[in-house]
Amino acid sequence: MHDTAETITAPQVTEVIDLVKQIYGFDFGSYTKASLKRRMTRIMQLKKLQFYDLKHTLVNDNGFFQQFLEEITVNVTEMFRDPTFYSSFNKQVIPYLASYQHAKIWCAGCSSGEEAYSLAILLQQAGLRKKSFIYGTDINTECLKEARKGIYSLRKIKSYAENYQLAGLEGSITDHFTILYDAASIHSELKQNTLFSVHNLVSDNVFNEFQLITCRNVFIYFEIALQERILDLFYKSLAPLGFLCLGAKETIRSDNFRKKFKVINQKENIYQKIGS
Amino acid sequence: MALDDNIIQRWRNTELLLLGGSAGSFKPIYQCVKLFPKNLNKTVIIIIHRKKNFFSEIEKLFADNSRMLMREVTDKDVLNKNTIYIAPANYHTLIEKDKSFSLDVSEAVWYSKPSIDVTFESASEIYKNRCTAVLFSGANADGAEGLLKLRKNGSLTIAQDPDDAEMKEMPQAAINKNAAEYILNTKDIFELFQK
Repeated sequence: MHDTAETITAPQVTEVIDLVKQIYGFDFGSYTKASLKRRMTRIMQLKKLQFYDLKHTLVNDNGFFQQFLEEITVNVTEMFRDPTFYSSFNKQVIPYLASYQHAKIWCAGCSSGEEAYSLAILLQQAGLRKKSFIYGTDINTECLKEARKGIYSLRKIKSYAENYQLAGLEGSITDHFTILYDAASIHSELKQNTLFSVHNLVSDNVFNEFQLITCRNVFIYFEIALQERILDLFYKSLAPLGFLCLGAKETIRSDNFRKKFKVINQKENIYQKIGS
Repeated sequence: MALDDNIIQRWRNTELLLLGGSAGSFKPIYQCVKLFPKNLNKTVIIIIHRKKNFFSEIEKLFADNSRMLMREVTDKDVLNKNTIYIAPANYHTLIEKDKSFSLDVSEAVWYSKPSIDVTFESASEIYKNRCTAVLFSGANADGAEGLLKLRKNGSLTIAQDPDDAEMKEMPQAAINKNAAEYILNTKDIFELFQK
């Protein structure tokens, strides 16, 4: 049962956003408020904090801010989430990547790396592993540590196994892992051509040119104006005819960017950069 | 139980109708969808528990048999009248202050994503007392807490009569929390929706 004393009001959410921006430089002002409110309420309930205590702890305890950041940025992810996306990707994007001497891929908002490694597996199966490089970025340094390790609980891997089968891929997901007791470690060759580093979509800029950018289930946390800023960043970061993949229930709403990205697959939200 | 003037009046004043359920709720919710006229003059959101990757024919079946517009929620869709929105599998569905949807992939609630609690609570914050919410058959307690929030905010809250439900647990959990202002069987619920 929720305690009403531990919920947060909309103006209080704004107050915390301002505080975090002032002290830590992270700007959550353009994140969707319903989700932020829910996440903040959750932290207060987990830590048994009243609103005043939440503010006080944020101001005075740097370590707490890391936990706060982890809680309010949703890091739930799966390998091969939306299996039909991955089967379409194999048909519609892989042949394009294969046409390059070397393909650079940006997995934006990669969390603990599950999606980046899903792509690494597809590239390996297509014989493109050595011809490609995956950059995974996130604002959350703890998640990035997990991504670099590439070690997941066996329970999680089991839950991804169904996705893998439904995506119609060869063999089984465990073929790509070394199992140690209750943990599964991704094969080191799949880690070779990956780099995980900090990048904040709200405030950071272009850092390379890519043949493919995936950013799935990240836009759902952003208001439309911020989505447009990031679409602009992606557009500038893509090579001519480069691909952009968004989440299954996300879409490009702005007319301006609808003209700049051609729809390759409506259902799976796969786009291709047009114009220059 | 006969429908009193209070319930009929509040149904008529409703802006947003929320239909939630789990196991055993498909049939009564499908019945509701079939009987709504094209211009119900309300927004409808349906939250039914279902497995991810289970490409059920629910949306298609609903759309083929509904006179109202039917849409699976896409991020930032604006809530329109005379439209039925279905919460997509493997996301939570939230409502923003400007009456648009936002989706969320965070942890399951009551092992469920979509969670009925999450959408009910969010609707209650934005629509205050202008909702009608019905919690149908189901085998866990998701939705009860959200229904209670809706009731506290003055919305009309209804639990399907557990004796009339295929699975009693979900409506019973709401009744136990005193979250349901009315306990109705499906026949009365269908009748109300035609008032």
